Amino acid sequence: MIENRIDYYPTHEHQGIKFRRGHALPFGATMVANGVNFSIYSSAATSCTLVLFERGEAEPFAEIPIPDEFRIGNVYCMIVFELDYERLEYGYRMDGPYNPAQGHRFDPTKILSDPYAKVTGGRDTWLAKPNWDNIYPYRSRLAFEDFDWENDHPLETPIEDLVIYEMHVRGFTQHPSSGVKNRGTFSAIRAKIPYLKELGINCIELLPIYEFDEWENSRESPTTGEVLVNYWGYSTVNFFSPKAGYAATGKFGMQVDELKTLIKELHKAGIEVILDVVFNHTAEGDHRGHTISFRGIDNKTYYMLTPEGYYFNFSGTGNTLNCNNPVVRNMVLDCLRYWAADYHIDGFRFDLAAILGRAPDGSPLSNPPLLESLAYDPILAKCKLIAEAWDAGGLYQVGSFPAYGRWAEWNGKYRDSARKFLKSESGMVREMVQRLIGSPDLYSQRGPTASINFITCHDGFSLYDLFAYNEKHNEANGENNNDGANDNNSWNCGWEGETDDPAINFLRHKQVKNAFAILMVSQGIPMVLMGDEVGRTQKGNNNTYCQDNELNWFDWSQLEANADLYQFARRMIQFRRHHPVLRSPTFFQYWDYASSGFPDISFHGTKAWNCDWSESSRSFAFLLCGDHAKQGIVKDDMVYVAMNMYWNGLHFELPALPEGKRWHLVANTDMGYGEDSFDVGQEPELENQTDFLVGARSIVILIGK
Amino acid sequence: MNVTSSTVDTITLIEATGSIDSKTAPDFERTALTAIQGQSEVIIDLTNVDFLSSAGLRVLLMIYRQVKAKNGKVVLVGTSEEIQDIMANTGFLAFFSLAETLDEGLTILKTA
Repeated sequence: MIENRIDYYPTHEHQGIKFRRGHALPFGATMVANGVNFSIYSSAATSCTLVLFERGEAEPFAEIPIPDEFRIGNVYCMIVFELDYERLEYGYRMDGPYNPAQGHRFDPTKILSDPYAKVTGGRDTWLAKPNWDNIYPYRSRLAFEDFDWENDHPLETPIEDLVIYEMHVRGFTQHPSSGVKNRGTFSAIRAKIPYLKELGINCIELLPIYEFDEWENSRESPTTGEVLVNYWGYSTVNFFSPKAGYAATGKFGMQVDELKTLIKELHKAGIEVILDVVFNHTAEGDHRGHTISFRGIDNKTYYMLTPEGYYFNFSGTGNTLNCNNPVVRNMVLDCLRYWAADYHIDGFRFDLAAILGRAPDGSPLSNPPLLESLAYDPILAKCKLIAEAWDAGGLYQVGSFPAYGRWAEWNGKYRDSARKFLKSESGMVREMVQRLIGSPDLYSQRGPTASINFITCHDGFSLYDLFAYNEKHNEANGENNNDGANDNNSWNCGWEGETDDPAINFLRHKQVKNAFAILMVSQGIPMVLMGDEVGRTQKGNNNTYCQDNELNWFDWSQLEANADLYQFARRMIQFRRHHPVLRSPTFFQYWDYASSGFPDISFHGTKAWNCDWSESSRSFAFLLCGDHAKQGIVKDDMVYVAMNMYWNGLHFELPALPEGKRWHLVANTDMGYGEDSFDVGQEPELENQTDFLVGARSIVILIGK
Repeated sequence: MNVTSSTVDTITLIEATGSIDSKTAPDFERTALTAIQGQSEVIIDLTNVDFLSSAGLRVLLMIYRQVKAKNGKVVLVGTSEEIQDIMANTGFLAFFSLAETLDEGLTILKTA
């Protein structure tokens, strides 16, 4: 054991602080014996000063210019001794040219956050009023990185077996009805693990949890007078720090331990954790924005700039991170490796990922080095990588995202097809079938595991609202209803908004159930939006990014009020997880390679073995042969699904089962609470084995066993 | 912060008072780790501790790891509700048995 080293001792002193030359790697601030190693790079700075604060103090207690002889290449590094690990806050001042046309925006009056800081202070409690005169609002801090994981390990669930639940950390438990301690925090999610298990999902995907500022662009709502905030958090202040305001212990600076504890407990419950990560832009905005970190450290490196030195805006938020610059690419890689290795994260969903495939001048690359690096990285090798395969600059890559055999995608076409089919549009049968079989038209080379299937996500209507509103109602956002998408493919079932008409309400609930049924019998990976299982409503708002209130919070009293929806959703998830034939890692082959007497998949209609593919058709059925489950490796039941989005009921002739098997009812969305679905093993046998009347706008699921 | 150690029967008792944070944790750590050398039954009395920072929690876990290596057990006595809450949120609580009083702590160890 080495007990002593030369570099445990200082060589220099400034303002009473002792220090010495540091190590260039790793970047960031690292605890070393007797001190802290600071390392930061800038391609164009002419000097760099380390600024040290006692936690929460208005003024720094020391500023140490890093001696030029400590610089290695473009990296400034220094070990400082006898610092208080817990109470220290640090930042940098960088001097250099201010010449926007050449891409430089140095400003030594600003104290800059460390891009590699593992903890960022300043917004320690959600919506606690900040001191607007703070000379250094987002303060870099040190993190203890010795968490006791015991025997935890990322779960490495095969991706086709996942049922993803897209969740907002605060929104999940902030509603008073959640009945848990420390509402709105990581800790409160832990308290709700039993609910997640009962629902049956095995993966949560968290909306951004990298440190962001909920106060960014805050203002008053014109309709309610409430403060509107950056609730979703798609605006990163620091990529390595968890959001302090999401931790009950954020005010004590213990968010790292709290988040890791949550992940460890979720893993114990068999639930994976995917992070929604935002590497397309930062919180610094355009040339009018604040200088927090990157702009003042190395503007030209971190951002995509126009020839005039302004910011390209492919993200729709003011700036675009220059992620195919080799230095920035390494930062992204370092960041993801850190989250995978230190936080045991199971996967990442990349916001506006098409941007990650753009060159520094904005043009799309055919072989983007960042995406390739991520796909082949040894530490990320078992992580799920999921792209939102479009950006705000018009690049739409669903089906063509550079995947390297690794990347899955949010399948936006799945969402659009399912919505149009559900609202009875004509000519949707072929399209819907493509989506149900895993979108081979989009992912012929990649397989159904490339397709993350969803009908709703945080961005847009909630599932209930999809059937309660024809139009968006975003007045509460204070943008005159001009924000949010207009092509929602929604249908209000006959009345805009809330109604006490029982027929309309029954139809809305039926449509929610239809959507769950479609999602859970589709090949690919289903994603459910938090609260859709209990009919969560956003009152027609399809862009709730700024609403920290009941428009976004999961109202737990809905569990009882909409018990029918919850029970149906739970049973559909259970059904999917029980039947491997619904979760194939490969596409169907349309023939009987298992010699069972049935092809792996066959299509039917009102006549068995006869599907109506015509433009006017709004109904079809399909049969999955259980002997072909997982390419014939496991045995499953026969699964028959009839979907009738026509506005009248239709008799479906059932295909004949092999000798000894009988049709049993799993679900019939035309029925009311209690009769619309059955638990696995409790499916009643059908009296009529040859014909089923599928109600108007209804889905019927049968198993043959 | 003040820390003392003593022995009750075969049980090592460590008593702290005040705040255990990054400034005082090294003291706490030194005294505690010396006291538990070779011991497998340890009580840490936190009745008079008003705050445990991250560094303080880490010393507790270090004590636990060393005692655990000898198949031993660590009981925390008199942990305030706030400290318990912090420990629960950050996962530290799961490693320890809790007792309200010293007597209760002794009983837990003796019947273990």
